[in-house]
Amino acid sequence: MQEFLASFANLESLARIYPLLLQGLQITLLLSLVTVPLAIALGLMIAVLYSFHVRFLNPLLIVYVDAFRAFPVLVLLVLIFYGLPFLGINLAAFPAAVLGIALNNSGYYGEIFRAGIETVPRGQREAARSTGLTAWQTAFSVVLPQAVHNVLAPLAGNTLELIKTTSIATVVALPELLRSARVAQESTYNPTPLTAAALIYFVLLWPLTRLVARLERKMVARQ
Amino acid sequence: MRGLGDTFFNLQVIEKYLPALLSGFRVTLALAGAVVTLGILLGLTLAMVRAFRFRVVNWLIVAFVDLFRTLPQLVVLVFAYFGLPYAGITISGFTAATLGLGLVLAAFAEEAFWAAITAIPRGQWEAARSTGLSFAQALGSVVMPQAVRIAIPLLTNRTIAITKGTALASVIAVPEILDKAQSAMSLSSNASPLIIGAGLYLAIFAPFVVFSRWLERRFGWII
Repeated sequence: MQEFLASFANLESLARIYPLLLQGLQITLLLSLVTVPLAIALGLMIAVLYSFHVRFLNPLLIVYVDAFRAFPVLVLLVLIFYGLPFLGINLAAFPAAVLGIALNNSGYYGEIFRAGIETVPRGQREAARSTGLTAWQTAFSVVLPQAVHNVLAPLAGNTLELIKTTSIATVVALPELLRSARVAQESTYNPTPLTAAALIYFVLLWPLTRLVARLERKMVARQ
Repeated sequence: MRGLGDTFFNLQVIEKYLPALLSGFRVTLALAGAVVTLGILLGLTLAMVRAFRFRVVNWLIVAFVDLFRTLPQLVVLVFAYFGLPYAGITISGFTAATLGLGLVLAAFAEEAFWAAITAIPRGQWEAARSTGLSFAQALGSVVMPQAVRIAIPLLTNRTIAITKGTALASVIAVPEILDKAQSAMSLSSNASPLIIGAGLYLAIFAPFVVFSRWLERRFGWII
């Protein structure tokens, strides 16, 4: 046991590498803060456009959403970071990660908002339009507030998944939390940085996990 | 720039690396199969055990579920592959990926099955018990068949999302599609292998995404 603690929870190693982990945590937080709003905005655009029921647009939107739902986000990130340079487009690790994760999640958010909008009865839209609101005003002030309420659970769940996904930026050498922990582990020959990183992720995200679980249970009970 | 076709769809390069990519395709399929089997069966078992409401056991189940719902999948994989050897446990990349992703899926599956079990009206339990069925029989023959039906649509998207995570196994040296595509890309200095790899992922997952859409329409479920 003592030996186990000495290797997996080595305080000496922790003292040496914690500045590195803090730096990593900062980048993880920054990446999440930039990517979540961007992905939500993209997803909202897709869902609102879909709700206008433009004949030729909707099949395209569904293809867009399904393509990203079927495509592993890591493959997308590798395509952006290692594939785009063949086109002469060189993105740094941070923007590449933002782009890959946001595009991938725009599909998920788009599908969630779209399903939410479909739960709002048509009469709501018609009533709003008949009071003189434009289509966009109707979508944003009447339909969406109700739609969002109906899909809070998957929205929160997807946001949690997105933040967890930021760890894949490791692969393009962005020094976020997981990458920092790996670098520290390799330079100290000790797994404590990995334990510490896992612990930081857990402390950071566990409240969100509990929230999502509660919202999901409510949703299942409603249905 | 010498022709996009040459860079992104170079037949010579594709012909040369296709066998490697196809072997990666088989590894991805095997890994996906192992992850889904382990995840769903373990999740189902845990949810059924939880229904017996042994206090200490349930605490352990909840702790397991929260831990694996909260930690990023890549962190779990990296820990299993790079961390465990320090404890004298060395497992292959394939085993680490199966265990890591399988446990994450099990956590989500347990939650879905458990939410479904708690959504079954009390009257069902009481009616089943009053006909003389034991608790285990009521659970197995009356409650679970209904609960599984409720849980399936809830679980499809999550299962697809986690199974797509097999691409993460490239980080721990599993020779699956992305790993093969990346090494072929660097050997040939050509993006075609990555494009073919991306196509192979779509070939695996797109049918499931379409299937989940059908399920949602059929059962009237959101996400």
